[in-house]
Order: sequence, then structure tokens, then C-alpha cells
Amino acid sequence: MRDVPGGATTGAPPSFRALEIDPRLIGMLGALAVIWLGFDLLSGGAFLTPRNLWNLSVQTASIAVMACGMVLVIVTRNIDLSVGAILGVTGMLIGVLQARLLPELLGLEHPATWLIAVAAAIAIGGAIGLFQGALIAYLAIPSFIVSLGGLLIWRGAAWWVTQGQTVAPMDGRFRPLGGGIEGAIGATPSWIIGGLGCAAILGALWATRSRRIRFGFHVRPAWAEAVIAALACGAVIGAVLVANAYPIPRGVARRMAEAQGLDWPEGGLFIAHGLALPVLIAIGVGIAMTVLATRTRFGRYVFAIGGNPEAAELSGVNTRRTLMLVFGMMGALCGIAACIATARLNAATNAAGSLDELYVIAAAVIGGTSLAGGAGTIAGAMLGALVMQSLQSGMVLLGVDAPLQNIVVGLVLVSAVWVDTVYRRRIK
Amino acid sequence: MNRRHLLLAGAATLAAPGLLRAQARGPVIGVSWSNFQEERWKTDEAAIQAAIRAAGGTYLSADAQSSPAKQLTDIESLMARGVKALIVLAQDAQAIRPGVERAINEGVAVVGYDRLIENPQAFYLTFDNVEVGRMMARAVLAAKPEGNYVFIKGSGADPNANFLFQGSMEILKPHIDAGRIRNVGEAFTDGWLPANAQRNMEQFLTRNNNRVDAVVAANDGTAGGAIAALAAQGLAGSVPVSGQDADRAALNRVAAGTQTVTIWKDARELGRNAAEIAIRLAGGARLNQVPDSVQWSQAAGRPTMTARFLAPVPITRANLNVVIDAGWTTREAVCQGVPAGRAAVCG
Repeated sequence: MRDVPGGATTGAPPSFRALEIDPRLIGMLGALAVIWLGFDLLSGGAFLTPRNLWNLSVQTASIAVMACGMVLVIVTRNIDLSVGAILGVTGMLIGVLQARLLPELLGLEHPATWLIAVAAAIAIGGAIGLFQGALIAYLAIPSFIVSLGGLLIWRGAAWWVTQGQTVAPMDGRFRPLGGGIEGAIGATPSWIIGGLGCAAILGALWATRSRRIRFGFHVRPAWAEAVIAALACGAVIGAVLVANAYPIPRGVARRMAEAQGLDWPEGGLFIAHGLALPVLIAIGVGIAMTVLATRTRFGRYVFAIGGNPEAAELSGVNTRRTLMLVFGMMGALCGIAACIATARLNAATNAAGSLDELYVIAAAVIGGTSLAGGAGTIAGAMLGALVMQSLQSGMVLLGVDAPLQNIVVGLVLVSAVWVDTVYRRRIK
Repeated sequence: MNRRHLLLAGAATLAAPGLLRAQARGPVIGVSWSNFQEERWKTDEAAIQAAIRAAGGTYLSADAQSSPAKQLTDIESLMARGVKALIVLAQDAQAIRPGVERAINEGVAVVGYDRLIENPQAFYLTFDNVEVGRMMARAVLAAKPEGNYVFIKGSGADPNANFLFQGSMEILKPHIDAGRIRNVGEAFTDGWLPANAQRNMEQFLTRNNNRVDAVVAANDGTAGGAIAALAAQGLAGSVPVSGQDADRAALNRVAAGTQTVTIWKDARELGRNAAEIAIRLAGGARLNQVPDSVQWSQAAGRPTMTARFLAPVPITRANLNVVIDAGWTTREAVCQGVPAGRAAVCG
């Protein structure tokens, strides 16, 4: 909506306007920077370490994945309160599948176990989502009620699967999905992914620019494109540098070296963690969902429904089918998040994902998704998830007690939405 | 009076066949459960039922489904069905009191099951939670007599979390005062959620740059979270971690060596004891006539309760066979994925 031509000519400092970056995105990045620097000062430099940032990224992954789906759900003027419970029941089911059923069929630590588990998670989550979506879309039951019922049903089902018993440990090839040492991809692959990421950013910018020129649309000045490319690539390379600056603990590094028949040098060996698999999954999901939301017909339908459901229906959009698919996708993303959460804990517990629905909704809303529908970005929601997790982890680092943590997160949620409301009123 | 007794006795003799049948049915014992969602209470129920049936009694039950209000009506309806003794697993220790008082006033004996009901005329049966805390601390202390300790406590909203921490501290305080042990981090685990315990543990490891030598975790769920965080630093197995409940997953970790101890509170033992005490009280015994009962008070100035405390059993790699022999779990479940030679029971 903000690609209206003439962005550069309407107002005051043309240098900044020319970049055409969503000011709310900049606001969020600014808030994140304030939070990070604040925690770093208060904790005496413990927050902005490669290690803490790496942990933070992994801790955010599962909420970020679900927040991507929640943006679309909220954009269509709906809500899904059942995501934490769907994560719970899916996690339990794939836990039982890989720790009890498959070992009997295939044997323990079979190479296919993790693939079957992941496929099952996405299928189960997707099926639950589609079912709830069908109730909402075709039977016209309000999504608040369907998903509230779902919250109770799937949370209960999670309990039912093993009568409350915790299932552990998970399959060895499944565990990397949750991070940890097994889920760190190492320095060289991180650079390769970082390089590919940079190339993709440059390619996308170039493709967009040439397409706009072809259609005679307004384009940014060349220098502005260069600045954006530099910022985006800088962020990618920065992330790789941080992840590669976090060494694997000495004891493990030593075992790894010995396993490869290397000598253990006197001063130790620096083996980098590199990017974490769950974070790459979350980023991959984020990119895929952004493309889906902004570049496909399905995405345009979703936003059209959110903007004005009646108008969308009258212009021939199959609103019901679209709505059902949005919920189906939300469920499938819960399945992916369940894989990350279960692998990370190396156990399936019936309480997994408790209260996650609130964190996911909060992340989407902090990230600028309007509860009135029709507006929201995937990137914003993922940043929102990072903001929430930064607050929580930072406070644990400072030794703030649990009740106070909740109070602060609640205050931030309400103030974020207030700031957003004020901003929207201004630009009108 | 005497004559009336004689008359009654005579009537009883006349009605002997009917009376015998009534006696064969034995006392009617009612159990008011707080919620059946947890697998845990099903185990207890089976044990109580078996013990009551063995004594020729009748088992009645009601499930409050986590509602303190429903539990009050449950107790009334159980009394209306003629129970002689009530076993009560209180959903809310305070809200249950009017119901318990009414039962006692009508001559129905009450056994507070696992959770304290602070009424001196009710019996209190539980595992000793402070002792559980002591046992966890002892086992960790034996593995790591000095160094940096982290405390992953239970939910701040659950009084048991404080009993556990109090017990652990009783053992560790002298060592902390002597400077051998340093408390480098303690946090409540919101809702007892393993994921929260994992996040707290990660932050403690970061803050202390991995210089953590031992972890006292409040139960097996939080221990699982802490161990996942340790594993991410390659420390699982070298840092002792405590837990309780003898969860299937935790027993597997004990066998694999990543968890040091899990305190086993045999729910069947608790159930059997409750049934036995209830039958005894229904038969007219006074509270202090219950064998192995002690006079106990939560704190100075609080009412003195008559209680029986069952001793929990610490399970380490050395005595895993105890839970297997007792039928609590199977050897396959304990040993799944455990490398050979790691634990004696797994070969």
C-alpha cells in the first residue's frame, strides 16, 4: 500500500523517505535495539554476547513459526486461540510415534524415523487446522469459539495420549531440529547459507526494480537501492558472524576432534556453532509465508477478505475456501513448531505450548498486525516474537522473578498496540 | 438404657442372617478426587479400590474436575450415600474446610490424602515433601560436594515447591555457610513447565559462563528441561541433576546417566495406606490409634495434626531394579537406548 508513487516527493527529508522502508519496521527495530542495549548495560555485558544471542534466536523459533500463520488468521478478522494446544497434542503424538511406535516397527534410531515424525506433525497439525477452519468457514461458527473449544479439546487430547506421561528421549536425527550442539550447522555451511541469502536479496531487489521499470512504475533512486541492499546483506552477514563467534564448549569440541582423529592442541580448539537449524526453519517459513502473502493470488485474497469480506465475496473470491485454508496452514505451522519445541526439550510433555497462543497473538500484534483485519506483515510478527523473547530471557538473566516478568511483558504488549494505534491515526 | 441395648442385641440376633450380609459388605468408604486428568491418580485409585475390596468394603468415588465448589457438593452426596469414612484429595486446601467439618460433625472420619487439610480432627496422610527435598539435596551433594549450585524450583503458586526447597536447603545450608557451595542462581518454574525450566537453566549457564557444577531441580519435568539446556553445552551427564516422581522418561535418564536421582513416591503405597487407615477409622478407631501416626504441626501456633508420613525412595543408577521389581515400570522402558555397560539393570 505504501508503494504509491511519489513517496519521495511528498515530504520533508527526502534522503530518508527515498529508502521507502516501513517506518513501523524501523520503529520495531529501534525498540529492539533499546531493549538489547538496556539489558546489556544492566547485566554487565552478558546480553549482547554471541552465546546469548544464539540462545535467544533458538528460543524464539517456535513462537516465530506460529506467528507467521497467526498474521494471516488475524488479517482475515479471525483469531486462533488453539495454537498452543495443537502444538501440545501434535508434539505428544509425534513423541509417542518416534519413541514408542516406530522403534518397535523399524528399530531404535532408524534413519527414516525423523522424517516420518516431521511429516506426521505437519499432517496432524494441518488436519486439525483444516477441521477447525471448516467449522469456521462453512458452519459460520465464530473463530473465537471454535478455537476456544479447540484449546480445551486439544489440550485434553494431549493429556489423553499418554495419560499425562512425559515421553523421552527423542530420536537422534530428530533432535537437531530443536537446536543444541547437534542442531548447529557449523561455520562453513553458515557462510554458504549467508552467501546464498545475500545473493537472493540482491537478486530479488534487482528483479523488483527491473520489473517496475518495465511497467513504468516509480522506482527508488539507485543509491537508495544500494543502501537497502547493504543493510539487508549486512544483517545476514552480521548474523552469520555472531553465530560463528559462539564456540562449541571445550569438552564437546574435544570429543569431536578425537572422533575425527585430530590432535587436541594446548590452547583448545575453536569450533563454531554456526547458525541453528530451528532458526533457519523459522526464517525459511517466514520467507515462504511472505511470498505467499504478498506474491500469490491466495495471499491477495486473504488480504482482500480482511479488508472487506463482503466486497471480496462479491468480486468472486471463494472466501470460505480461503478461510479454511488459512486455518489449515496455521495448523500445519503449529505442527512445525511442535517439532522444534519437542526436539529442543528432547521430550514430549502434555503441557508443551501452554500459553503459547497468547505469546503468538502478542507477537503478531506487537509486530503491527491489526486486530481489525486487513493489515499485517510476516516480518513484523517475527520481530514481535523476538521482542517478546528478548524481554523474557533478558529478565531471567537479570534475575527478575517470574511474576514481574509477566507484568512487564503485559505492559509492553499494551503499550506497543497503543503506540501503533497513535501512529495509524497520524498517517490517516 | 441397658434394657434398650439388650433389646437391640436381641433384635440383632433375630436378624442375624441380614446383619451378616451387611457385615460382609463391610464399611462404605468414599473418595473425593480433585481431578482425574492426571495419570497419577488413576494409579492411586486402583490401589485404594483393591485394598477396600480386600477388606470386604465398598468403594464410592466422585471427581471434582478441578472445581473446589464441585468438591463440596461431591462430599455431601458421598455422605448422603452413607459413607463411614472419607478420603479427600483436596483441590483447594482452604475451600474444602466447611465440607470436611460437616462430615466430621456427622461422625464420618476424614483422611486428608496427599494434600494438607488443616483440621485437627482429620487424619493427614502424605509423602514427606520436605524429606523429598532433603533426599534430592543429599544425592546431588554426594555427587558434587562443592561448587556452584543452581536451584530450579517448582511453581511459586504451589506450597509443595517451598517444602521441597526448604528440605534441600536444610541439607545444603551448612555447606553454603562454610563456603564450599555457592548458590549461583535460583528461579521458580512458572506452572512447573519443562520449557520454562529449560529457558531459566540456559540463562543461568550463560550468566555463569557454564561454571555450574550441580543442579537441584524440583521434579522430573523441570529436571528434563534443565538437562536439555545442559546437553546444549555438552554438560549433560557431567553435572549432577536431581528430580522426583520416577517418571518413565526420568528413569530412562537415570539409566543413561544424565540425571543423578529421582525420588520415587509410590502412589500405590499411598493408596493402600489411605484405604487401610480409612477402614480402621470407619471401624471406630480414634485418630491417634492409627499405627505409625505422629503428632505434627505445619508451624508453631498452627493446629496439631495426626499424620502418617510415608518415606519416599531415592532411585539412582545403583537401585533402578527397585522400581522394575515393584512393577512400577518395565526394564524395556527404563533401558530404551541406554548404551551397554552404563547401568547394571540394563546389562
